[in-house]
Amino acid sequence: MIGGLFIYNHKGEVLISRVYRDDIGRNAVDAFRVNVIHARQQVRSPVTNIARTSFFHVKRSNIWLAAVTKQNVNAAMVFEFLYKMCDVMTAYFGKISEENIKNNFVLIYELLDEILDFGYPQNSETGALKTFITQQGIKGQFQTKEEQSQITSQVTGQIGWRREGIKYRRNELFLDVLESVNLLMSPQGQVLSAHVSGRVVMKSYLSGMPECKFGMNDKIVIDKQGKGGATDDAAKSGKQSIAIDDCTFHQCVRLSKFDSERSISFIPPDGEYELMRYRTTKDIILPFRVIPLVREVGRTKLEVKVVIKSNFKPSLLAQKIEVRIPTPLNTSGVQVICMKGKAKYKASENAIVWKIKRMAGMKESQISAEIELLPTNDKKKWARPPISMNFEVPFAPSGLKVRYLKVFESKLNYSDHDVIKWVRYIGRSGIYETRC
Amino acid sequence: MPAVSKGDGMRGLAVFISDIRNCKSKEAEIKRINKELANIRSKFKGDKALDGYSKKKYVCKLLFIFLLGHDIDFGHMEAVNLLSSNKYTEKQIGYLFISVLVNSNSELIRLINNAIKNDLSSRNPTFMCLALHCIANVGSREMAEAFASEIPRILVAGDTMDSVKQSAALCLLRLYKTSPDLVLMGEWTSRVVHLLNDQHMGVVTAAISLITCLSQKNPDEFKTCVSLAVSRLSRIVSSASTDLQDYTYYFVPAPWLSCKLLRLLQCYPPPEDGAVKGRLVECLETILNKAQEPPKSKKVQHSNAKNAILFEAIALIIHYDSEPNLLVRACNQLGQFLQHRETNLRYLALESMCTLASSEFSHEAVKTHIETVINALKTERDVSVRQRAADLLYAMCDRSNAKQIVAEMLSYLETADYSIREEMVLKVAILAEKYAVDYSWYVDTILNLIRIAGDYVSEEVWYRVIQIVINRDDVQGYAAKTVFEALQAPACHENMVKVGGYILGEFGNLIAGDPRSSPLVQFNLLHSKFHLCSVPTRALLLSAYIKFINLFPETKATIQEVLRCDSQIRNSDVELQQRAVEYLKLSSIASTDVLATVLEEMPPFPERESSILAKLKKKKGPGAVSVTEMEDGKREGGELNGGGDRGPDASAMAASNASTPSPSADLLGIRPAAPVSAAPASVGSLLVDVFSEAGPAASSAAVNDEGFLSSAPPSEDPAPPLSEADELLNKFVCKNNGVLFENQLLQIGIKSEYRQNLGRMYLFYGNKTSVQFASFTTTVSYPGELQSQLNVQSKPVEPLVEGGAQIQQVLNIECLTDFSEAPLLNIKFRYGGALQNLTLKLPVTINKFFQPTEMASQDFFQRWKQLSQPQQEAQKIFKANNSMDTEVLKAKLLGLGMALLDNVDPNPENYVCAGVIQTKGQQVGCLLRLEPNAQAQMYRLTLRCSKDSVSRRLCELLAEQF
Repeated sequence: MIGGLFIYNHKGEVLISRVYRDDIGRNAVDAFRVNVIHARQQVRSPVTNIARTSFFHVKRSNIWLAAVTKQNVNAAMVFEFLYKMCDVMTAYFGKISEENIKNNFVLIYELLDEILDFGYPQNSETGALKTFITQQGIKGQFQTKEEQSQITSQVTGQIGWRREGIKYRRNELFLDVLESVNLLMSPQGQVLSAHVSGRVVMKSYLSGMPECKFGMNDKIVIDKQGKGGATDDAAKSGKQSIAIDDCTFHQCVRLSKFDSERSISFIPPDGEYELMRYRTTKDIILPFRVIPLVREVGRTKLEVKVVIKSNFKPSLLAQKIEVRIPTPLNTSGVQVICMKGKAKYKASENAIVWKIKRMAGMKESQISAEIELLPTNDKKKWARPPISMNFEVPFAPSGLKVRYLKVFESKLNYSDHDVIKWVRYIGRSGIYETRC
Repeated sequence: MPAVSKGDGMRGLAVFISDIRNCKSKEAEIKRINKELANIRSKFKGDKALDGYSKKKYVCKLLFIFLLGHDIDFGHMEAVNLLSSNKYTEKQIGYLFISVLVNSNSELIRLINNAIKNDLSSRNPTFMCLALHCIANVGSREMAEAFASEIPRILVAGDTMDSVKQSAALCLLRLYKTSPDLVLMGEWTSRVVHLLNDQHMGVVTAAISLITCLSQKNPDEFKTCVSLAVSRLSRIVSSASTDLQDYTYYFVPAPWLSCKLLRLLQCYPPPEDGAVKGRLVECLETILNKAQEPPKSKKVQHSNAKNAILFEAIALIIHYDSEPNLLVRACNQLGQFLQHRETNLRYLALESMCTLASSEFSHEAVKTHIETVINALKTERDVSVRQRAADLLYAMCDRSNAKQIVAEMLSYLETADYSIREEMVLKVAILAEKYAVDYSWYVDTILNLIRIAGDYVSEEVWYRVIQIVINRDDVQGYAAKTVFEALQAPACHENMVKVGGYILGEFGNLIAGDPRSSPLVQFNLLHSKFHLCSVPTRALLLSAYIKFINLFPETKATIQEVLRCDSQIRNSDVELQQRAVEYLKLSSIASTDVLATVLEEMPPFPERESSILAKLKKKKGPGAVSVTEMEDGKREGGELNGGGDRGPDASAMAASNASTPSPSADLLGIRPAAPVSAAPASVGSLLVDVFSEAGPAASSAAVNDEGFLSSAPPSEDPAPPLSEADELLNKFVCKNNGVLFENQLLQIGIKSEYRQNLGRMYLFYGNKTSVQFASFTTTVSYPGELQSQLNVQSKPVEPLVEGGAQIQQVLNIECLTDFSEAPLLNIKFRYGGALQNLTLKLPVTINKFFQPTEMASQDFFQRWKQLSQPQQEAQKIFKANNSMDTEVLKAKLLGLGMALLDNVDPNPENYVCAGVIQTKGQQVGCLLRLEPNAQAQMYRLTLRCSKDSVSRRLCELLAEQF
């Protein structure tokens, strides 16, 4: 289990240090700083083993979070915890920065005491935590006995993520499908690897203890329904159903029901939470195609031409498009011409960055650049790193569609129709690269 | 950074560096550097030529980026351009860049060398200095090749500035250190030596470093420097502190130069010229006197400088080792330091005293400080000082104070640091043995040692106790009593059990008379420890038990009971099980007489160098134990062990067990058949089978037969050796039996066995004809210097050999020292009236006297490394003459007489052997490595022996075998 948790600033100074087990000494703090933060080579592995002690770290902007253990723990669990911890901190005081951490020093220790017990992760549901870890100082005298016992029963009860007696005048539900599409493509346009990792994030403002049911165009469900009866419905929607490779759910989802009927039903927490995560690898809609053309003219010159094509419905608009064309390390000068957007040679990043604000579907645009090179002493050939791309599109590249989201609340008198529901799809680029 | 004038300050550089320093994260730093690199690239690429200033600035930036750990692959050209600038700062930055980022690009090297040459030939001293510094900083072979001849010229030229001379001397020193073969002094030697007379102290200081280094390599050429150094030293020493102005450091005149002069003098023996010597002694006395004077300053630098000179002077005094007066004074001076407040001084004093103690003149003087040293051992806080104190105690020990010192070391051992315990244990063991007058004291000491620091007592130590106890009759009873008492402690160390088991097994009868230590009590005591011990110890205990059965028949039933129990007779360890089974059978079947013979008391061990001393030497590395000490050890050891001159083979097994670190320390010598026991002695085993292709030897000889018969002149003189004698000899390198020679008349068979440095050879002369041979005589002669190396005694043979009969001749062979020639055997007889004269080489080769040595991989490579001097190694790469079959090779190597070591070489294809050549005078350890290359049908044979002639001879012999 986790032996201790440290938070460092960018200089490697310790901001938070919480040790849960005796096998972690003070020197572990320094070991991580010396071997990871101040390491000569950049440490790329998120898990580092120093003197039989394992360090798991994540970095948020300039802040390092490191979990330390001497035992053989489940690394995935530790990282899940670290991410959760980041979420909790963000929910409490916004952006994770050195200043925020310093200002919420006491709060963080209080949280750490709560969400980790002797190194074992505990309830880290923000909603639940907020009921008894507050930022307004000691509230004890205002809290009645009843309230306290209610918190206890809720936190320790079966549905730890939702308290009873929530009431909203307007019952509202926000559902976001957030996807990031990852791609590696050969210069000839062959897909070498591609996958989409998506999240369904919900924000629920519902009264009482509602029971929800979420439906999407999961291939297995659609096929099963197809067999059940309505054959032409299956034929119609068959094309649009998607094959989900793997998925994980928020703890509120009844897994037994998912296993038996593959239906996603749950009592939602109050406020914002991530309902599920999934990954698909088949039939991905690639929103952009990058066609590179690199020509070396002698030893001192390089000509680059890159064409991008948008590959979605013309009615949709992609945003925040950025193409990053790496340049050789001995670049001594760059001339760029582009038809659309703005392009600039960024010496500090060794790349030409081409930015386009908006671009509709089924369009194409191109950039051409002349790169002057300085002859160098060593004959090392330029490795030609891939051209990478960033964008945001208003649809789900995996093809996922939300079919329904039903809300049942038997005790209170509102029905599914009374709930206002909002659905939004956002597709972003993950690592979207094309070799050149 | 150079001290730059205001106009020269590089603002861009300062801004860049401060930017880097202000970067919040590594990523930011990398971004900033990338940006700067791009900028510099575009500047260097730019069409308009850069001025010197900006070139310097950018080169500086590149250098800074490089020093931050980033790769720089351009800018060399610009730096080289800077070299040709006339401005000092620009040139300096250029040289700085070149020396830091040496590039192997040949084009650039040429340019750089050109620039350096220009600067060297310029008249500007600062430029010359810069160039010299660059050469020294780079110090590569290319540089040495280009400038090795130039620099001595600058060094000795009359018109060179002092500062340049200084740089040139140091630069030459550096080149000499990197590639000594390129720096040829020859004609410059005398002029370099005369630099010692230079007016400028800096030049002298630089030159003396060079001269010291050079004179270490070829002392004769620089002999003249001694008198110069002495006069220089006396001038410095006698000068007042104000005389040397710049070179006076905290009231000490030229301390560095003095130290270096003293160190130079340590390369040479004491000067023969009386006047020079007198002057030097005077100097040394002055230095010693000055140490007594009250300090001129309270500053630590003053005393440091003074003491540095003093310690060097003392080192010189010790080096000369000829001035009793000075030695005693030095010792007294060091004695004062022993109680000094400064830890470093105490350390140095102890260290110097260690060397002083080995000098006969000052040994007594050192001994007077014994109390202080013992005190230091006890109370010193610094572990390294304690270690030195222990060393010194060891060095100053002699017969008079041995008891005290050993007692002190023993008592210190209980609290000693773990790191030095093992060494301490060895030292105590050696001292106790060396200076033991009373053997009961010796036994007490060693048993105490095992009790206090059992874990650190190596095998050698307890082997040694046992060797000594066995060799000394008078101490055996006492030893038995003492170990018996020691074993009664509830918890005793395993080494104690080993010693106890061995000694009681041998000499338990000496104390059996006492009812408190009756046989059964002894046995029960030993057996109570049995279950706590490791397998080798248990094996030893089992052997002790069977010896008990012999010593005390009344214990037989009990011991048989023990041996019979399942935990012994069915032990999962093969060794233990075998012993239990065999001992049980032995005790139940054999009669008492047989038992008494089999289990006789161990014979005394032959005398040899103390294995402990060898171990300490190994631990400390060569040179740590002085030669006198070693000789001392031998002498004392000889005395101690009663100088037994005993038959070498009587206890060969036990001795080899005791002296070589064998895996299972079985001193009782009842070891189950070892895989490679005495290979040379085995008759008709695998060896002969494998080599039964003796046929070719005989037949090839037969072919030559007719020629031999007709050409051999019928004279009385011994005929010259047969042309194929060498070939015949080679047949017998790896085997001991076979047909040596055959023709139509005569067949000579051979059967030989060797043990240690002795051998016995049976020659069978067979008459193949039906006519008798008359006046058949054989003589053995020694070609060359073999006479003094090998001794062959032969019994005369009967002069008549009947037709079809065979006569036998026995030769006794003793190897006196290593040899390379083979003795000649001349055979004369009359066949049908005609005189037949025949000379053969006797197949006695050096490898016959091998004693196989088993060792583990680690030991092997350690020894291999120890024998690393070039002349100790002989290597040969040759083509395979015979098949490269593994079994054949193995059998050949075994026949060679060395132990074939498995799992030693990382490459299983290779063969590794170890053995010791036993000659009368000495033993020569040999290691062999044979690397077959099956594809090329080639071998690489490497031999390393402690004696170089042996390696060469063996290599020659073996190359013919495969």
